[in-house]
Amino acid sequence: MKAADTLRFARDAATGYPLRTALSVLAMAIGVAAVVVLTALGDGARRYVVGQFSSLGTNLVIVLPGRSGTGGFNPANAITTTPRDLTVADAFALTRAPSAKRLAPLAVGTSEISFGGRLREAMVAGSTASFLEVRNFTLAQGQFLPDDDWNRGAPVAVIGAKLREELFGTQEAVGQLARVGDRRVRIIGVLASTGTGLGMNTDELVIVPVALAQAMFNSNTLFRILVEAKSREAIPAAKAEVLEILKQRHGGEEDVTVITQDSVLATFDRLLGALTLAVGGIAAISLAVAGILVMNVMLVAVAQRTGEIGLLKALGAADATIRNAFLAEAAMLSAVGALAGYLLGQVGAFTIRQAFPVFPAYPPDWAVIAALATALVTGLLFGVMPARRAARLDPVEALMRH
Amino acid sequence: MALIQLSGIERVFHLGDSEVHALAGLDLAIAEGEYVAVMGPSGSGKSTLLNLLGLLDRPNTGTYRLEGRDVTTLSAAEQARVRSERIGFVFQSFHLVPRLTAAENIALPMMLAGLPTKERDARVAEALANFGLEHRADHRPDQLSGGQRQRVAIARATIMRPAMLLADEPTGNLDRHTGDEVIHLLESLNAAGVTLIVVTHDPSLGSRARRQLVMEDGKLKHDSAHPGP
Repeated sequence: MKAADTLRFARDAATGYPLRTALSVLAMAIGVAAVVVLTALGDGARRYVVGQFSSLGTNLVIVLPGRSGTGGFNPANAITTTPRDLTVADAFALTRAPSAKRLAPLAVGTSEISFGGRLREAMVAGSTASFLEVRNFTLAQGQFLPDDDWNRGAPVAVIGAKLREELFGTQEAVGQLARVGDRRVRIIGVLASTGTGLGMNTDELVIVPVALAQAMFNSNTLFRILVEAKSREAIPAAKAEVLEILKQRHGGEEDVTVITQDSVLATFDRLLGALTLAVGGIAAISLAVAGILVMNVMLVAVAQRTGEIGLLKALGAADATIRNAFLAEAAMLSAVGALAGYLLGQVGAFTIRQAFPVFPAYPPDWAVIAALATALVTGLLFGVMPARRAARLDPVEALMRH
Repeated sequence: MALIQLSGIERVFHLGDSEVHALAGLDLAIAEGEYVAVMGPSGSGKSTLLNLLGLLDRPNTGTYRLEGRDVTTLSAAEQARVRSERIGFVFQSFHLVPRLTAAENIALPMMLAGLPTKERDARVAEALANFGLEHRADHRPDQLSGGQRQRVAIARATIMRPAMLLADEPTGNLDRHTGDEVIHLLESLNAAGVTLIVVTHDPSLGSRARRQLVMEDGKLKHDSAHPGP
């Protein structure tokens, strides 16, 4: 039998039993759609987190006080185990690091900001002029912190977009005097709205000179030092230099933790990539189930069409011809199901993107290809047994079962 | 040379512990163009004989020569090819594929044999005209009368121009009038040269054949071509 005839014969056989065919196609479609939608969700989560991290700034090396990693024995540890605080002087010393392009100390606290009888709680970040570039902020109005002595806390503040809206409404904010904690500061700039970035909502942030923040919170410690390396390649060097300088300054004790944004990103990337793979794998189980259903349906088809198979044999069909016809039918059910499932999955992913615009729920290509291939392969694989059974039927007995 | 030459054919079925000799020591020769009726009570082995002649079944012992060629030793694929090219089947219950139209049912053996579409269409058109089915080409079996169905089945059986037609109770599911029509059709095909072998219960149908074989317990009880001694 010619290939085109085999396909047409299989198609007619499949459409001859619409309910049976529709159900197995549906099962296959659900399997493929599940893979597409779930991997879209997983990969969307990965992209979302990676995107959030990237918005933090580029090529960042972040210095945290205290040591979180486990190191070898250090003689200095024998004397003292209390980590030294990070200070503005430490941050300033890091400007010597050759691989650091710029850096910004960061002191953080919560305080109240009030203007014109309106008062609200806000997160106060103490930093320097370079904070703007290090964190990739954009100014909507006015200017950022002045680039002067880090120890001089000028009474100025830059506020987030939401704070400006809530405190000043339609009034001009830049140039106004507002109260932050017990200090009167002049608003010199407003940040452009960016939305939430990793828990720190920059739209509700008050940025003041680091010395002012420390005076406000009566502390001389820093929360973080953000160091921007000269390039992506310079990140390891910058990390080493930062560690070396701080070790020297802290009496030979390595009492800070330096994390690079790259490593954080890579970790999240790996973690969420694995998650996507896992949910994809779970969804793939439904593909195997669909494959078994196709097998079941084909076995029923063989039983239902026993008389027809006997006839085909009497009319001179070789075993291979009958096997191919039934295999083609199984492949067709799987292929149509896979295609329908692919479309269904894309519609599902599109719906998710419409419902949550910030969430980039695109199914990854590898998942789509793997799902379609698995669907076809399982369909064919599970089609082999029924097709062989059909081909091996005894024609005399088959003809009697009409 | 005989078209069909059976010698020493035995066919044994195992039913539980007992052995049933459906065919026992059968010797038979049928020449080309003969019109043979195979008769006998149920279980006499006439269906088994027909299945054997049609290469749907293999004998346990004995040889079957078709057109001088021993076909009992052929592989399954080779036997399928012989069925396709040399043998046409007509069944009591027609055995049409319900989802295919009359024309598609007639074309089925040619499709299985892989004939070119053009030739298939030409032969189907010719067959539809010969069998008076021109206006039924696109009808499915359930839209056809019993007589029309059997005519479609006969058209299908002859479309590959086989050497022999094997008909198993071809009128069993038809009323007398349409049954007669079908028999006349088969006889006209025989007149045109096709060897016709009909299995039947019906003595009046059997008596129409030029040669009668009567079977009993797997043996030939009577052969009108070789009356007993």
